[in-house]
Amino acid sequence: MKLILSLILFALPWMLRFKAWFHKEFRERLKEKNFTVQMKIADDSTGRSFTFKDSKISSASGIHASPDVTISFKTESLAVKLLLPPRDYQAQIDAIKNFNLMAMGPDELVTWFSETVMMSQTVGWKYGTPVDNGEIRYSNHTNGGPVHVYVKDGKIIRITPIDFQDDDGDTWTIKARGREFSPPRKTTLSPHGLASKSLVYSKDRNLYPMKRVDFDPNGDRNCQNRGISGYERISWDEALDIVASEIKRVNRQYGPGAILAARSSHHTWGNIGYYISAYQKFINIIGATTTMLNPDSWEGWYWGAMHHYGHSMRNGATEIYGQVEDCLQEAEMIVFWSSDPEVTNGVYGSFEGTIRRQWEKELGIEMVHIDPYFNETAAFLGGKWIAPRPTTSPALAHAITHVWIAEDLYDKDYVEKRTTGFDKWSAYIMGKDDDGVAKTPEWAEAETGVPARETRALARKWASKKTYLSAGGMGTTFGGACRTATGAQWARSMICLMAMQGLGKPGINFGGLQLGAPVDYNFYFPGYAEGGFNGDSMNSANGVSLYQRMPHLISMNPTQQTIPRLKMPEAIMEGKAEGYPIDIRSIEGQFFPVHYPSPGHSPVKIMYKYGSSYISTQPDSNRYVKMYQTDDLEFVVSQSIWFEGEVKFADVILPACTNFERWDIGEWSNPGGYGYDWVGQLNHRVIGMQHKCIEPLGESKSDYQIFKELCMRMGHAAYFTEGHREIDWVKRMFDASDLPKHISWKKFRTKGYFVVPAEKEKLRSPVAYKWFADGVKKNVPEPHPLPGSYGEDFLDGLQTQSGKIEFESQSLKRFGQDPERPPLNKYIPSWEGIHSTELFEKFPLQLISPHSRYSFHTKGDGKDSAINDIKDHRVNIDGYFYWLVRISVSDAKARGIEENDLVKLYNERGAVICAANITERLLPGIIHCRQASAVYDPVGRPGYSADRGGCVNVLTPKRTQSLKTHSAAYNSCLIEIEKWDGSTGDEQFAAATADTTLVPAE
Amino acid sequence: MKKWNLIVDVAKCHNSNNCFLSVADEYMGNEHPGYATAMPKHGHHWINILRSERGQAPMVDVTYVPTMCNHCDDAPCMAAAENDAITKRDDGIVIIDPEKAKGQKQIVDACPYGAIWWNEEKEVPQAWIFDAHLLDRGWKEPRCVQACPTGALKSVKIEDSEMQKRVADEELQELHPEHGTKPRVYYKNLDLFTKCFIGGSVIADLNGVEECIEKAIVLLSKDGHKVAETWSDAFGEFKIDGLDAESGEYEIEVSHPDHPSKFVNVILGESSYVGTIKLD
Repeated sequence: MKLILSLILFALPWMLRFKAWFHKEFRERLKEKNFTVQMKIADDSTGRSFTFKDSKISSASGIHASPDVTISFKTESLAVKLLLPPRDYQAQIDAIKNFNLMAMGPDELVTWFSETVMMSQTVGWKYGTPVDNGEIRYSNHTNGGPVHVYVKDGKIIRITPIDFQDDDGDTWTIKARGREFSPPRKTTLSPHGLASKSLVYSKDRNLYPMKRVDFDPNGDRNCQNRGISGYERISWDEALDIVASEIKRVNRQYGPGAILAARSSHHTWGNIGYYISAYQKFINIIGATTTMLNPDSWEGWYWGAMHHYGHSMRNGATEIYGQVEDCLQEAEMIVFWSSDPEVTNGVYGSFEGTIRRQWEKELGIEMVHIDPYFNETAAFLGGKWIAPRPTTSPALAHAITHVWIAEDLYDKDYVEKRTTGFDKWSAYIMGKDDDGVAKTPEWAEAETGVPARETRALARKWASKKTYLSAGGMGTTFGGACRTATGAQWARSMICLMAMQGLGKPGINFGGLQLGAPVDYNFYFPGYAEGGFNGDSMNSANGVSLYQRMPHLISMNPTQQTIPRLKMPEAIMEGKAEGYPIDIRSIEGQFFPVHYPSPGHSPVKIMYKYGSSYISTQPDSNRYVKMYQTDDLEFVVSQSIWFEGEVKFADVILPACTNFERWDIGEWSNPGGYGYDWVGQLNHRVIGMQHKCIEPLGESKSDYQIFKELCMRMGHAAYFTEGHREIDWVKRMFDASDLPKHISWKKFRTKGYFVVPAEKEKLRSPVAYKWFADGVKKNVPEPHPLPGSYGEDFLDGLQTQSGKIEFESQSLKRFGQDPERPPLNKYIPSWEGIHSTELFEKFPLQLISPHSRYSFHTKGDGKDSAINDIKDHRVNIDGYFYWLVRISVSDAKARGIEENDLVKLYNERGAVICAANITERLLPGIIHCRQASAVYDPVGRPGYSADRGGCVNVLTPKRTQSLKTHSAAYNSCLIEIEKWDGSTGDEQFAAATADTTLVPAE
Repeated sequence: MKKWNLIVDVAKCHNSNNCFLSVADEYMGNEHPGYATAMPKHGHHWINILRSERGQAPMVDVTYVPTMCNHCDDAPCMAAAENDAITKRDDGIVIIDPEKAKGQKQIVDACPYGAIWWNEEKEVPQAWIFDAHLLDRGWKEPRCVQACPTGALKSVKIEDSEMQKRVADEELQELHPEHGTKPRVYYKNLDLFTKCFIGGSVIADLNGVEECIEKAIVLLSKDGHKVAETWSDAFGEFKIDGLDAESGEYEIEVSHPDHPSKFVNVILGESSYVGTIKLD
């Protein structure tokens, strides 16, 4: 064994020299450092030292007198095992954890040495496919689909969707009603993905580290000037030194909790660079107060629907298997309710569901669209448009229920066998309980504005046809109606409706053909929520599958303090906040209050901002402006690709590069547990190498690199990287997946993508809830609920206490502390809306602010991107691209507003300047203005003047849907509109700082 | 000789703007010598999507019409160009030579479709070139077709005679036949953009409750002649499409076995939702 080890150690420098002879890149690498590394057995029985000097490597047997770095193995057999290829990472991690493998020396040199050895393995690898015209075709992933990237002379020429080749995985066919349906053999791509090149080369890229001109970390910080003062360029060393020293300073001065890690909900694609990977490991390393997200996309489903049928691990969303085939074969009607999949694109699903909805139209399946706005899906597919006033959809649902009960139009057998609490529910609906009010279509009309006769017609049609309910943009969750004061009520009513029509019977299910395609769900590739290399089994799904397949070091955040995101300004400025968590392990996880500050923790003193904007995506966002300008935040660093939104409130800006400028790997629309099996919205699963297509622009760096260099200033770099570069993690992620069974690494890294073959027809997943309707054990391939959540036998029934759909929720009954969420889903009007008499008189227009269509939240908007020129996104008026607001013909006329007039939307919380689009797609009294502008551009003092960038969320309320939740209610918002007179003065937004917490209606 | 044509199905366009963005991606910041100089960062819509809303809430529909260089066989721009700045290729594609066309703003004005854009900085007229530079490299279709998520755009390279057969068989239309320029871009379902509808909702009180009336016969007449007949759906709604704008007065007769007939007159300007028609 000793001889073998001696030979390996003898061969190592030869291997490095050999690589250096052949590869200039490696020769350059060797020039970087002069130092000596000793490799040895811990007891000094065997050893060899390697000295790197002026790009030459010398080597000597034995124990060096004063090595810079020492790598020691406990035994010779261990050393041989770890040094002989192929590398055994399980053994290596095991040896590190048990202190059998030690690396001692300066962090920088240890990391460099390890990376250099890794590089020796990868140098000379070829990537991409040369095509004609001197171009190389690479692959990458955007948030909106996989792409080919054509590069010439280090510059991106074009970015396109991918047309499959004959040898790519095959495509499924669905047989329905005598026809065969098969999707095109190519990927689709969202507009924000297609506009990527214009974003990479945007003039608003952060290309160099910057410091606010009047920020002096050792003197006057001028926090009040954030958002006002300009910036000066500084070196990376200076920038990173400031950030590292601030982290160290507040830890010593204030103690644990003083650093706030504040991120957005999304990031550029890729399992290694994603925020749950590199960022989360870094945050765990520095130990920081985290930002507790609200379930921003799910809201009403999480806080409401879950209590009737479970699915806590889907945040209250429905099962998502087999519905595409079942719907096409069996359904006679689809009701789209607050559902505009042609705009929301399944978050990451591009236009994959579009072709299926075209088939649906060809088959003559009838459609109804319930939305205050005549949305794009309705415009595309046609069908009856029903337009309830914002926040009143639960009343419409109750009236449908009333018709079903009054006219005996529901599935009594199903209700009896598969549900509980129907008698109480029926009594409430029919006005036979204490409430005494029958929820008739006429009763609802006063709330919704929907003619009672149409509600009756809808109810009868629904009951007489096998009907799919496409609730929310996914068809199975989400939707603007779940983000109102009545969001939980609406989502709850969706479950109660389907429980009366036999959820899970053929043709009766949730979905709008967006999810549940017959792809292969068993092929393993980790989703982003599995945490990449973060090693965090507490705050990601790392421990479920990925950790075993890709052994790596564990990490954990020692600071347990967290700030509810929606209360961040109050936490910072008032020093305290309360919220409720996303805890998906059980239905009851959401009942545990979270308090800031945590016991024994320091209040937050500095903020590490990562990614895009809270201003424009969080409600009542002038609060965030004021938060940034207080001295309570002593330091704000923003790590961002672009100078956009609230980046201009930072003291130091660290320029990150895009995913086209770094190595990564990922699968299209695979967020892991965030949306388990969301690959089922794709027509083909596509796993892609994310090539580093071009060098980072300017001095920008990958997030991984920035975190590594910060870690190096604190001695954590070797732990952060495990001696790996990003490409090394990419290779390990490849090896950890099922890919090697189907494609060689060499082919994958040159070709750039892999199409997972469609599932064989006989092996396709069963249809969601069919098991439940049939009264058999659960048989769809989702690993939840937890075994302990089954009341009796494993896989028997739902996650609820009764195992059935509960019209009267037992979990809410047990909780009993939220008067706004009673166990029966009673109609409680929005706390901001047509019943807010005094407010409604001043602000008579109801604003809805759904997701933007062409940009993905703030990604793709502003920044000089090509998307700005899309006429339904922004309008160029006198050289400025204004955000669009849609106003009904009569509301515009009453205010003297004409097409493309600049108008001011305002209420007591703020004001926004937009360009008017006058439309028949809205009923009077309702305003439609999409949210998530990337431009925050106050015309006067930030936080106190109108924003002409289009951040409509300066208008929306900060109140949570119910007080015992951590939920946003963007679409419960009253405003007024007037023509903008061009004034730039500051205004008084009375409610922006006042406590607007209202008494819950009951 | 096979030549390129583009078929735009207006009923399938849902305004993703992927055609516009793929053009922006292909031409912004890229020089394609011999074909096109780079497109300005903002302001040019070589593929320009028109939007039309018809009707009034709650009965509306929305149509999007992608427009672009028609690659006319009788191209007015070629006639207006000096110095042979515009050429018609054998495959039907019209190319404006950025060198030769420099300074010739009259080329922009010559296009009756407004499909040629003036590059202020470079002083050249520009239009969508059917991605000829890529087709010449073996690409099977232009990028707007590849990126279209709904199949609203189709490019076909066939003999002119074959194309004319398709035009007849599939009832394809020219965007503006009145221009007489022999365009190579054809439209399907263009009536959704050019024609109007009359719609309404039939209701009645039944047992003291207002209800939608299904299967009422709706007869539309003009000057005593029947124009169209349809019936109301479960929501009592009817819609008669394909009418000419500003076509004057129509009579709607609504009849149902359980109710006396009702007559409503409407003067058609743009598409019109007449509201509820209550049967006694």
